Amino acid sequence: MEYAIELRHITKTFGSVVANHDVSLSVRKGEILSLLGENGSGKTTLMNMIAGIYYPDAGEILVEGKPVEIRGPKDAYACGIGMVHQHFKLIDVFTAAENIALVLDRREKYDLKAVKDKARAICERYRFDIDLDQKVYEMSVSQKQTLEIIKMLYHGAQLLILDEPTAVLTPQETEKLFAVMRNMKADGKSIIIITHKLHEVLAISDRVAILRKGEYAGTVETCAATEAMLTEMMVGKKVELNIERPEPVNPHLRLSVHNLSVTNAEGVKVLDRVTFEAFSGEILGIAGISGNGQKELLEAIAGLQAADKDSSVVYYPDDDRDSTAEQLIGKTPRDIRDLGVHLSFVPEDRLGMGLVGSMSMVDNMMLKSYNEGRSILTDRSAPRHLAEEIKEELGVVTPSIHTPVSRLSGGNVQKVLVGREIAAVPSVLMTAYAVRGLDIHTSYTIYRLLNEQKKKGVAILYVGEDLDVLIDLCDKILVLCGGRCNGLLDARSTTKEEVGLLMTQIKEQQEGGVA
Amino acid sequence: MAQGNKHEPLLRIVKRGESPFRLKLLVRIAAVLLALIADALFIYFVTGLDPLAVYTTMFQGTFSTPMRFSWAMRDLASLLLIGIALAPAFKMRFWNIGAEGQVLMGALATAAVMVYYGGKVPNAVLYAAMLVAAVFAGALWGFVPGWFKARLGTNETLFTLMMNYVAIQLVACCVNIWRGQASGLGKLNMRSKAGWFPQLFGQRYNINLIIVVLLVVLMYCYLRYSKQGYEIAVVGESENTARYAGINVGKVIIRTMILSGALCGLTGFLIVGGRDQTISTTTAGGNGFTAIIVAWLAKFNTFYMALISFLLIFLEKGAGEIASAYNLNDFASDIIAGIILFFILGSEFFINYKPIFHLGKHGTITKEAA
Repeated sequence: MEYAIELRHITKTFGSVVANHDVSLSVRKGEILSLLGENGSGKTTLMNMIAGIYYPDAGEILVEGKPVEIRGPKDAYACGIGMVHQHFKLIDVFTAAENIALVLDRREKYDLKAVKDKARAICERYRFDIDLDQKVYEMSVSQKQTLEIIKMLYHGAQLLILDEPTAVLTPQETEKLFAVMRNMKADGKSIIIITHKLHEVLAISDRVAILRKGEYAGTVETCAATEAMLTEMMVGKKVELNIERPEPVNPHLRLSVHNLSVTNAEGVKVLDRVTFEAFSGEILGIAGISGNGQKELLEAIAGLQAADKDSSVVYYPDDDRDSTAEQLIGKTPRDIRDLGVHLSFVPEDRLGMGLVGSMSMVDNMMLKSYNEGRSILTDRSAPRHLAEEIKEELGVVTPSIHTPVSRLSGGNVQKVLVGREIAAVPSVLMTAYAVRGLDIHTSYTIYRLLNEQKKKGVAILYVGEDLDVLIDLCDKILVLCGGRCNGLLDARSTTKEEVGLLMTQIKEQQEGGVA
Repeated sequence: MAQGNKHEPLLRIVKRGESPFRLKLLVRIAAVLLALIADALFIYFVTGLDPLAVYTTMFQGTFSTPMRFSWAMRDLASLLLIGIALAPAFKMRFWNIGAEGQVLMGALATAAVMVYYGGKVPNAVLYAAMLVAAVFAGALWGFVPGWFKARLGTNETLFTLMMNYVAIQLVACCVNIWRGQASGLGKLNMRSKAGWFPQLFGQRYNINLIIVVLLVVLMYCYLRYSKQGYEIAVVGESENTARYAGINVGKVIIRTMILSGALCGLTGFLIVGGRDQTISTTTAGGNGFTAIIVAWLAKFNTFYMALISFLLIFLEKGAGEIASAYNLNDFASDIIAGIILFFILGSEFFINYKPIFHLGKHGTITKEAA
C-alpha cells in the first residue's frame, strides 16, 4: 500500500515542553483520516510540521514513499501538501480570485483571468459554491473556508489538512463541507481532518489516528470504532459521555430582558429589540451563527456595551418581584457589582477580555475582586488559595500557579476562567462558547460545572454552537438571527433541524430565505 | 533518530522555556568577556593603543577620584529617576515620549520660583514652593496628553513628543527674559544661593541620590503590590479586560500620566536645585529619551533600572575619559563603549533563545563529499 504521507518517529519540543514525542502515522491515498486528541495533545503542532510552519527536532517525513525536507510552506506546497488553518490566512480587501493568485510563484505571470478559469474548473469538479469576484470581507466564515480549500487545490495539493474546520460552521454548512470532502476523496485526494466532535469523526473518516499527551496512541478503522472507544483511547481511561439535565427546581424570574437593542460604531443594529426572561435554576441556551448578536447580548447585560434607548434588563434577586429589582442598563460592571448583583461572565475572548495573559493564575483570580477592602495594597493570599483550589479541582495543567496563563493550553485557560467565575458564587452566569476548542474530556467537565451551578439555583445563559449539546444540556433555547430573537424553543422537545433552520432564516421572511 | 534528514538546516533557533538564574548569569558574564575581547581587537588594530591601558582609563572615568564617582552618581540619579517616572506609563503601554519636556517643565517651574522668590521667603518655604511648582508643572505636562488619550483617543506618542518642543520653547523664552542683557543666564541666585540644595554628609549630590534610592523602592512596590499598580498592568495588557474587570480605563490613564509627569517634574526640581542651579534648553540633556531604553530593558523592574543606568553612565564616562586621555576623536571612544553595550544587550537573545548548530555527523559527511 502506498501512502500519501508517512511520518516516522517525529519529535518536537518547545523549551522543556514536549509537544510530540516519537509520533509515527500514515495517511493512505484517497483516504480521510481523522486526527483526534485532547487539547494540548500536539495535533496542531504535528500538522504544522507537515505544513512547513515548524521543523521537527527528530524524525522523518515521507511523501509518496520518498523522504522529503519541509523547511517552509513553499516546500510543503511543492510536496502537494495544503493546510487550512483554524485562523484563515486571507486578505480581507481582496477578492476570492485575488487571494488565490497570491499563491502564484514569483516567476509566474499575474494573469487574473487565467487564475479564475483554473479556479472555476476546480469549483466545478468538486462542486464548490463560491463567487470568485466577491471580496473576502463580505464572505461568511463557511465561504472563507471554502476559499481556503480552493486555494490549496489550486496549488496542486494532493493532501489537505483541515484544522478544526467544523468548529465555526452550522450543521447545514458542515454537511456541505463533508459532501465536498467526499468528492475530493473520490478524486484520489487524501485528507487529514482535526475535529473534537466524535459524531463527525465517525461520519466522515475512513480511519482515526489518536494522539495522547503528544504521543501516538494508535489508529483504528472508523467502521470498527465507537464514540466511547475513541474517547477512552484519547483520554487513557473510560469517560462517561452523558450530559445530565436535572429538572429545574422552583424556578423564579431572575433576569428580564426587554427590547434590548445595540447599535455598533458603524451604525448597524447588531441587536434588535431582543426580549426574553431567564429563570433561576435553568439553563437558557442561546443558539445562532457566530456574529448574530450573541456577543453584544451578553456584553450589554454585563454593562460592557452601551445599549440603545428603551432597552431594559431588570435583575430580580429573589422571588419577590418588586422589592429590590435593579435596572442594569446604563450601569458599568463595577456599578452592577456594587449593587450586590453577582453576575459572572465567561466571555468568548478568553485572553482578550476574561483574563490577563501575561499574569499568573493568582493575579488573574483577583481581576474582579482586587479592589475590595480599604488597603491601598493588593491582598494576594485569598487569590493564591483560590488558584490552588481551582488547579486542584479542575485539574489545570500548569507548571505553577505563578506561570503566566497565556502559556497554558486553550482548555486550561478556559478552566481557569470558568473556575474563577463560578467561585464568585454567581446568581447569573453567562458563558459564551464555553467549550469552543476544548476536547471532549474538558467539555464534559464544563457541562458538569454548569449543571452544579444550575442545581444551586443560578440562572445560566449558555451561548453555544454545538446544537447537539445545546439540545441535551439546556432547558430552553433562544435562537438569534441577524440580531433578532428568532424563536424560543423547549430544548426537551425540539430538534436540531428546527434550531438550524431558525438560525439561518428570519422567521417572517421564510420564503426569501438567506441560507 | 535524525537519520535521513540529509539537509537539516545548519542553524536553528529554538525558544527556551524559563531560563535558570545560573544560565542567565553565565550568558551575561560570557557577553562581557566577549565584548572585552572584541573591543581589544578594535582598540589594537584600529587605534593602535594598548587595550588593557584603555580599559583602565575607561574604568577611571567613573572610579579614579571621589569627585569623578560623585559626578557619575549625580548623572545616574537624573537618568534613573526619569526611568522610574516612565515605568508606570510604559507598563500601561502608554508611550510617553515626553519625559524630556516634562523634566524641562519641572526645571522651569523650579527656576521660576528661585528667580522670583529667592531671598524673599525663608529657605524652607522656598524649597517647598520649588518642589510643589516642579511637581505640578511636570504633572500638567503629563495630564494633557493623558486626558486627550482617555477622552478623545489621540495618539500619545505624537502628542507627548510635540509637548517636548513646547516645553523647550517656553524654557528658551524664560531664559531670554531672565538673563536680560547678560550673555548667558549663569547660576541662579549666585550670591544668596537661595534654593541651592545644601550638602548632606559632605557630599553635594547626596540629597538627589537619597531621593532616587527611595523612589526605586517605592515605585517597585507601587507597581508590584498596590491596587493602582495592578490596574496599570491590566490596562496595559488589554483595555477590554480592564473594562470587564470594572476598571475605569480613562481614569487610570489620566492618573498614571499625572504620576509619570509629576515624577519627571521632580527630576527637573532635583536637577535645577541640586545639580545645575541654572536652567537651559538642554537641562534634561536627552535623558528623557535615554531613560526610555532604561525602562524597557529593565522590563519596568526599578532595581534592574538602577543597574542599567549605571552601565550606561559608566560607558558614557569611560568613553569621555578615553577620548580625552588618548586624544581620540569621540567616534572612536563611542565605538569602544558601543561594542560593550552591543554585546550585553545581544546576550538577552541567548537568554531567550537557544541556537542549535547542526554539524556533527552530517557535517563530516559533507566534508568527505567535498
